[in-house]
Amino acid sequence: MTALALPHAPGQSRAVPRLLIGLAVVLTAIFVVAPLVFIFWRAFAEGWAVYVANITDPMTRHAIWLTALVAVIVVPVNIAFGIASAWAIARFRFPGRKLLMVLVEIPFSISPIIAGICYLLLYGRQGLLGPFLADHDIKIMFALPGILLVTMFVTAPFVAREVLPLMQAQGSEQEQAAVTLGARGWQVFSRVTLPNIRWALLYGAVLATARAVGEFGGVSVVSGSIRGQTNTLPLQIELMFNDLNTTGAFAAASTLTVIALVVLVVKAALESRR
Amino acid sequence: MTFPKLRLAALALVLGASPALAQDKLLNVSYDIGRELFEALNPQFQTYWQEKSGRDVTIDQSHAGSSKQARAILEGLPADVVTFNQETDVDVLAQGGMVAENWREAFPNGASPYFSLPSFLVREGNPKGIEDWDDLAREDVQPVFPNPKTSGNARYTYLAAYAYALAQNGGDHDKAQEFLGKIFANVPVFDTGGRAATQTFAEREIGDVLVTFEAETKSIAKQYADQGFVPVTPSMSLFAAFPVAVVAENAERAGSTEVATEYLNWLYTPEAQDTMAQNNYRTTDAEVTAKYAAEFPQLELVTVDDVYGGWEQVTADHFAEGGILDKVFVNR
Repeated sequence: MTALALPHAPGQSRAVPRLLIGLAVVLTAIFVVAPLVFIFWRAFAEGWAVYVANITDPMTRHAIWLTALVAVIVVPVNIAFGIASAWAIARFRFPGRKLLMVLVEIPFSISPIIAGICYLLLYGRQGLLGPFLADHDIKIMFALPGILLVTMFVTAPFVAREVLPLMQAQGSEQEQAAVTLGARGWQVFSRVTLPNIRWALLYGAVLATARAVGEFGGVSVVSGSIRGQTNTLPLQIELMFNDLNTTGAFAAASTLTVIALVVLVVKAALESRR
Repeated sequence: MTFPKLRLAALALVLGASPALAQDKLLNVSYDIGRELFEALNPQFQTYWQEKSGRDVTIDQSHAGSSKQARAILEGLPADVVTFNQETDVDVLAQGGMVAENWREAFPNGASPYFSLPSFLVREGNPKGIEDWDDLAREDVQPVFPNPKTSGNARYTYLAAYAYALAQNGGDHDKAQEFLGKIFANVPVFDTGGRAATQTFAEREIGDVLVTFEAETKSIAKQYADQGFVPVTPSMSLFAAFPVAVVAENAERAGSTEVATEYLNWLYTPEAQDTMAQNNYRTTDAEVTAKYAAEFPQLELVTVDDVYGGWEQVTADHFAEGGILDKVFVNR
């Protein structure tokens, strides 16, 4: 390996790659590192005691818990949906297959707030299903189910989009071989398909988790922002910010950041075992 | 722990977290910056209600922009009471049949237990000597307030300045519009909301005077104490109601009409009014108002009804597409 250096075109100096690397480092520092440092700097601006008081505020604690709960419910559903849709698209030919591919990607191209409003117009009191839901005393909007629905919508493509290209590239030879050797459907899936896609699956799940935890726009429409009940962490941050409680807002933001960083570290740790 | 087990545990927590106790419950849906006020008021009411009826009451709070809240209630957010900062947003609920048509008469003072008014916050030592609305039209003064097109807060500012100009010019609308044009020309940046305008003024250090609700000017001055901002009260301003109403339809279904009505009535008691004054709102109770008189300078206060003939009229005349506000914007 050491002997293999990238060949240099004649007349091209080493300045160009150095410049590009330098630019990448500087831009990363400005756009990624600086805001991260700033969050923690502002969160601790008034000292540890204030930080702990902000984080242990019952309303903030509930928001953290609710956001984690949403992720814990949404991500497994997402994994199941992602595998099922990728499997269907990659392995089978059926009418509407192209349409399914497009549908899976729709949440990427639709603003979350539009998704939230659509759910509101469908399930809200004045919505299409509103009277039926009210008659049967089923609460979807401004309650946990609404938040889950919108979060599922915005995170729907993540697993499918990671798994699908891999499944298409790998083809179905190994699975066919397994079937030939007498494996049953579930065995084929758990012994052949799943091991092949697990890294893509994991990556998709990590992205979906990060998105589910940070979702703001769509959830803000359907949550009703009831403190201690339906106020998720991003909504709580906005509330504190509007309230001139900047330190509290940044303290809450720091927990969101920590969740995201932990997710990334878990992903890196799992990948290193690959 | 596997995912299914974790989900079961989470579900158990959800169910466990909301035990069905036999007690009163209220959901107060409120405006975006009222959190601290109601965090102070609600425990007081809980004690009061416990003593009066012997029952416990839990009060949940929801805070967001009051237009968004009105919309959410129409779509099923189960509010028992609303405490808003825009009368028009309660009117929206009344039109939707959720609130009584005559909600303004249901409680004293036009159903506004406390109120505020557009006022000024200037930089340390008031270097430009800003005292009244005509100072905002001076060429060397940069006022900061959000865009009246997107911000209810700035609509009050606009209407207060306009009412001042009408009073100064014997009701001459052309002169009033010219005056507003001068003020608008001086605004260096129109933010979309009150919070953004506050940041422009306090953190980006743009402008000489921030125009917002008096209650806000005081909490901003406190928040940025190191910058030494000074609240300044103009000679005249506009009554800004903080209207309250029972959301009759929801309260009847939840059986909470009695406690909801009692809660809103309680907001007029000296105990509650004292807390409001401490949170920089002007109060309606005579005793409390007298007690805090030094902190709230006297001024001439006009209402939208007096000057403009009500909110419906002012919306049609000023804020509709092609209305007077649009003209002022174009001519600035």
